[in-house]
Amino acid sequence: MTDNSTIIKLTAAEIAARIASGELTAVEVTEAHLARIDAVDEKVHAFLHVDREGALAQARAVDEKRARGEKLGPLAGVPLALKDIFTTKGVPTTVGSKMLEGWIPPYDATLVKNLKAADVVILGKTNMDEFAMGSSTENSAYGPTGNPWDLTRIPGGSGGGSSAAIASYEAPLAIGTDTGGSIRQPAAVTGTVGVKPTYGAVSRYGMVAFSSSLDQGGPCARTVLDAALLHEAIAGHDPLDSTSIDAPVPPVVEAARNGSVAGMRIGVVKQFRGEGYQAGVVQRFDESVELLKSLGAEVVEVDCPTFDLALSAYYLIAPSECSSNLARFDGLRYGLRAGDDGTRSAEDVTALTREAGFGDEVKRRIILGTYALSSGYYDAWFGSAQKVRTLITREFEKAFEQVDVLVSPTTPTTAFPIGERADDPMAMYLADLCTIPTNLAGNAAMSLPCGLAPEDGLPVGLQIIAPALKDDRLYKVGAAVEAAFVEKWGHPLLEEAPSL
Amino acid sequence: MPGITREEVAHLARLARLELKSEELDHFAGQLDDIIGAVARVSEVADQDVPPTSHPLPLTNVMRADEVRPSLTPDQALSGAPAQEQQRFKVPQILGED
Repeated sequence: MTDNSTIIKLTAAEIAARIASGELTAVEVTEAHLARIDAVDEKVHAFLHVDREGALAQARAVDEKRARGEKLGPLAGVPLALKDIFTTKGVPTTVGSKMLEGWIPPYDATLVKNLKAADVVILGKTNMDEFAMGSSTENSAYGPTGNPWDLTRIPGGSGGGSSAAIASYEAPLAIGTDTGGSIRQPAAVTGTVGVKPTYGAVSRYGMVAFSSSLDQGGPCARTVLDAALLHEAIAGHDPLDSTSIDAPVPPVVEAARNGSVAGMRIGVVKQFRGEGYQAGVVQRFDESVELLKSLGAEVVEVDCPTFDLALSAYYLIAPSECSSNLARFDGLRYGLRAGDDGTRSAEDVTALTREAGFGDEVKRRIILGTYALSSGYYDAWFGSAQKVRTLITREFEKAFEQVDVLVSPTTPTTAFPIGERADDPMAMYLADLCTIPTNLAGNAAMSLPCGLAPEDGLPVGLQIIAPALKDDRLYKVGAAVEAAFVEKWGHPLLEEAPSL
Repeated sequence: MPGITREEVAHLARLARLELKSEELDHFAGQLDDIIGAVARVSEVADQDVPPTSHPLPLTNVMRADEVRPSLTPDQALSGAPAQEQQRFKVPQILGED
């Protein structure tokens, strides 16, 4: 018998191994995590909905499967926290918005089906910025999530709930989505690992669309190997998604088990430093570069001048696609309906419903997107942003002719206090400065912890960027860096987080 | 580049079927003006002979065979509807009286 405080500290790989060997049952593991949620989530607020009965039923099914001697999935019995942007049959899905409060989808997203096929136990749905628009989880209609390192600070956004859940040991694994950095940025500020796979690697079917050419689901975990195991469980071609890649999933688990940077060429992007970067973030990043050299990598500087325009291009493209995607929330077929008193037209009811159901950030982006796409401005704004996108993609291609991967800080600063940037959208948008170019080009990237900033004692993230379809390189480099850091610190970084 | 006025925000809100309150119009006009000012640098590439990228992948339409397959039942499809009648979505009036 292993006690609950030990169980919740286990990695996903350890949990799966212990369940497979019979040392633990899936029900014991699930109950331990549900007890942890009961104990700490009132303070953290990582979850919007805990599916206690559903999780225990899934866990019992895993235990019965094992008892019958059936083959178990690679993550059998491992609990997972799911960003509330994926539809879950019979379980509420709100996307952090009042617009879908109380909505119970009649179908599962493909990613959810894949998780169930891997025998993962889904504990519940995690808090997020409304419709994944934000960099702090303060835009959730259900209140903010706290950062487990300091509950008065943001846990990153938009997937702050998912990263906070794994950082506070409420779940060993979580799922996020990354449109401009919403997996990597929360990972960086909570001291966890987050991966944005190559665009199209993980199905978008059943994932509520924000900006369709940028949105990408991916794994959140406490270790690089755990992220790889989850990556392999959710990736793959889906005929229900026309943006899904029909190609084999790269061998990410094998790469995570054989971490190495010896003989690799690694590029440092000249544009990812300078004004706006916190001194402690730059210091930890510079140390990471020295570490890569000591592990046998050759490090060179690469120049990507158009990256300076990436944030601008993103804040035209993402709102444009959002204004189009969110047109479906019209109060007619599902979700909220407001102002339908029998005298108003459908058009008026739609406008009143959208006023009542959407929060400020969503409204701001709908207006901005409508502007960027409107007649007379289309070429100047949306068209130019799409040209920037071409130039950024070319610069990545040129860089990857010289190097195997690129590295940078994941975020320019550590977690900022809740409320600090609430009234200043441009200051908020800067949090995604280093992550956005990858979304525009569609390639793969990872964030993993590289230490604490000396000035505030908060986690700093190291970003690794790989070419499209070369996601395994992230895991090879990430595993080597992680092993070296854990050896240097004597323990995983997360163990330094103040107890909740 | 032009700034964005309160009247323009009101016009855009109408286009976007969004009934904004008066104070929201003032609030957003100021913020959107700041944002547009900050992102205006994309216009630096406007006259360059660069093809636009709309999507990181070449997209092809996905077709399936035209055959009857299981799907949601009417009750499932209507399960999230704000209002329903006789197994149909019930919506406010679409056409005016005139």
